[in-house]
Amino acid sequence: MAEKKKKIVKTIKVDVDKCNGCRACEVACSAFHATPKYSGNNPARSRIRVIREPLRDIYIPVYAGEYAPAECMGRDKYVIDGKEYEECAFCRASCPSRDIFKEPDSKLPLKCDMCQDDPTLEKPLCVQWCLADALTYEEREEEVEEEAKLEDVEIGLESMIDKYGWEKIMDTVSRMSASKKG
Amino acid sequence: MRYAETGFNLEIDLTRGSIDRVATDPRDTELYLGGLGTNAKILWDRVPPETDPFSPDNLLIFSAGLLCGTPATGCNRTIVSTISPQTRLMAFSMMGGFWAPELKYAGYDKVILRGKSPNLVYLWINNDKVELRDASHLKGKGAVETAELLRKELEEPKAQVAAIGLAGENRVYFASIEQGRSSASRQGIGAVMGDKGVKAIVVRGTKDINVAEPAEFMALCNEVLKYIKLRNENPIPGVMPILAGLGSPQEMKVHDEKWHTENFMWGNSRVRRKDFWNDEIARQWADTLDTMRTRLISCYNCPMTCGATISPPGQPTYMMKCFSKLTYTMAAFSDLEFGLGIAQSATEYGVDGFSTPQVMAFALELYENGILTDDDFPGMPSDNEGRFYWLLDRIVRREGIGDVLANGTYWAAKQIGKGAEAYAHNNIKKHEQLPLKLSMLNPIYFLMYSTGEKINITQIEGQFPQAPFFTMEEREDFVKDWFQVPDDKFKQIVMEWEPRGEKSMPFFPTVQMCCDIVDWQERMHYIDDALGMCAGLSSFPLKPPYHIHNYPKFISAGAGIDMDEDKLTQAARRYRTLVRANNIRRGMRRKDDAPPQNHWKKRFPELEKELLDTYYKFKGWNEQGIPTKESLHELGLDYVAEDFEKRGIYSETEDNPSSEILPEEKNN
Repeated sequence: MAEKKKKIVKTIKVDVDKCNGCRACEVACSAFHATPKYSGNNPARSRIRVIREPLRDIYIPVYAGEYAPAECMGRDKYVIDGKEYEECAFCRASCPSRDIFKEPDSKLPLKCDMCQDDPTLEKPLCVQWCLADALTYEEREEEVEEEAKLEDVEIGLESMIDKYGWEKIMDTVSRMSASKKG
Repeated sequence: MRYAETGFNLEIDLTRGSIDRVATDPRDTELYLGGLGTNAKILWDRVPPETDPFSPDNLLIFSAGLLCGTPATGCNRTIVSTISPQTRLMAFSMMGGFWAPELKYAGYDKVILRGKSPNLVYLWINNDKVELRDASHLKGKGAVETAELLRKELEEPKAQVAAIGLAGENRVYFASIEQGRSSASRQGIGAVMGDKGVKAIVVRGTKDINVAEPAEFMALCNEVLKYIKLRNENPIPGVMPILAGLGSPQEMKVHDEKWHTENFMWGNSRVRRKDFWNDEIARQWADTLDTMRTRLISCYNCPMTCGATISPPGQPTYMMKCFSKLTYTMAAFSDLEFGLGIAQSATEYGVDGFSTPQVMAFALELYENGILTDDDFPGMPSDNEGRFYWLLDRIVRREGIGDVLANGTYWAAKQIGKGAEAYAHNNIKKHEQLPLKLSMLNPIYFLMYSTGEKINITQIEGQFPQAPFFTMEEREDFVKDWFQVPDDKFKQIVMEWEPRGEKSMPFFPTVQMCCDIVDWQERMHYIDDALGMCAGLSSFPLKPPYHIHNYPKFISAGAGIDMDEDKLTQAARRYRTLVRANNIRRGMRRKDDAPPQNHWKKRFPELEKELLDTYYKFKGWNEQGIPTKESLHELGLDYVAEDFEKRGIYSETEDNPSSEILPEEKNN
């Protein structure tokens, strides 16, 4: 049942003109999200990826957003100030058409959670580590209709359920837990 | 589990086309750390001193540093090691950028190339899948162009590419290996890559790199970032602007080139122009740089933006950093517009930005002095700038006089004869140096020029001020927060060092002080080159974020090796000595440890002898610069002593000449 609630909306403002392509954000993000925390890093696991083409002066940090079970049938390409950006450049989706925003080994989707932590961080790691000031963290209060928030586990399962269907997932989990108990 | 390092090297036999993934010994990491350290060990073990640089038995090693791929800011360097065709000694050349971290993420610490490929190939490393692929379609293509083509044909926009251009393919002795904005340039390692038939190495990696103590490591990284911010906001007062900040010298940002253009040499390191810089030139050059520079860019996981994308009008875009900005300009007595323009060609061809301009200026000097004639330059244009473009084109193709010049000034002068050798006046160990000819002997620099095995002053100098401060106030201000020093005695030296009088150069800092200073500066470079850290955040600038006090903690928390300052100093000493051992075995002796004769106007032969004698003893070397049995034993390098013994190196009574072998014929 939806009810009106005051919630904090978190935004990271990306200034692509300031990005110098160092990808420190990818390092910091993947390190924060490693388990145990900071035990490793791997840009392929980062929730923020920099699209980087220095010869064409293209630097776009993009944050992982929703999981998309299917690729777009039609795609767009943007030309901004004379620079042509590749299709899917600004898209945040974890999508079958590309490798980013997925765990490289399991292919499970990744989504930016603004470095949710306890105690709460002042700002996400990517913003902390970007000394170029290309990333700025902003918070604002909004009244919204509250929706249930999905955890990492739920996001992963949702995508698998989309792909294989409820029955197969339930069967597999039962079978696996039965064999473990043995 | 291995921390920081992956624990695996790729062994590629180019003759047979075989690829092996070989586990490494963690004990070697403890003893030699990685990068340059373990490279030196591999070359010692596997490349006997009789091995010619262009022999299939020469190795070409691409090593990521120990901490590359960890979150340590600025740790992104590849250390390339081999035997140099120009110096005939152990060569090591580094490049920053993105390649080394990518190699680590692919699961490898090193790529070791042996043998020679019968056809031009490229190596494609994609995590567990490693292939040698045909590169005939890339033959003759520029290094930058090749990288773009490979990313496209492999459909891997995030792959990192290290490639040679035409110069490397034609085994030019100063050919470089280009990688985006970065370049492993010196000592002809690009020629070895071309000789082995490898056009490029492409890497894509999506695996994890782990650290031993996660929370501690991150805390150390955050401290570094904090200090970088502090240093960026507080440049050091009382020193040249270019030396006041962190990073590689920020040549892409700085417009004021008075210091460089009036103190460094123009032409073939020939002429000093003390009144060159004026408002008109300042305005023109600022305009050129602002117009051509598209964006300031960084290497992997580093905030310093030392590099820039450069778009000369009418030419393709490329990337550069540091002193290459001026080397072509000054060698040609030209302007910045020319320099940035020809550097684009040089980058595509893949040639070193220190040697190449001097080689070309050298050729024109010989022409002007009648040692080379019109016959040697058929079709060369008459305008100054045109000549440099013409020479560059001939050199990289080894056409006509280009074939002679492509071996560098030392070998070219030998081949040309007729007094040409007097014009090859800026070499150490046959390798071109920064174009600098000064007045008063600097005893610190004397030792660094003489004994630096990298044979490049920029990779041994750094953390100690280049000149005394004028006032007591400035000195106090400098030392009060100088925590990077290993010992307070360095602060004391700065306090006492005067620009004139008793406590001034060349007799102050004293001989013993010079030994300490050089040893410290060199040690920091060697640690950087094992860990894969950029010297711009460590051994090169004043008051850097990485230093002898936090480095052991980084290594412990990162690699899980028990490390403290003494152990680290000992390890650095160990592989530094091993680098020397490689060179001693190849014939290097005391007479090679010498700066160019005319490097300073005022020389002091007695003082210089005392400096070298004392420094050799200090390092544990005998009067010929050969590490003694005792010092080798102390470092756990008995196997080196045994080898020296067997080869009769200790029983020499006279100098052994360094290898004076002429370059191999191109078609062997």
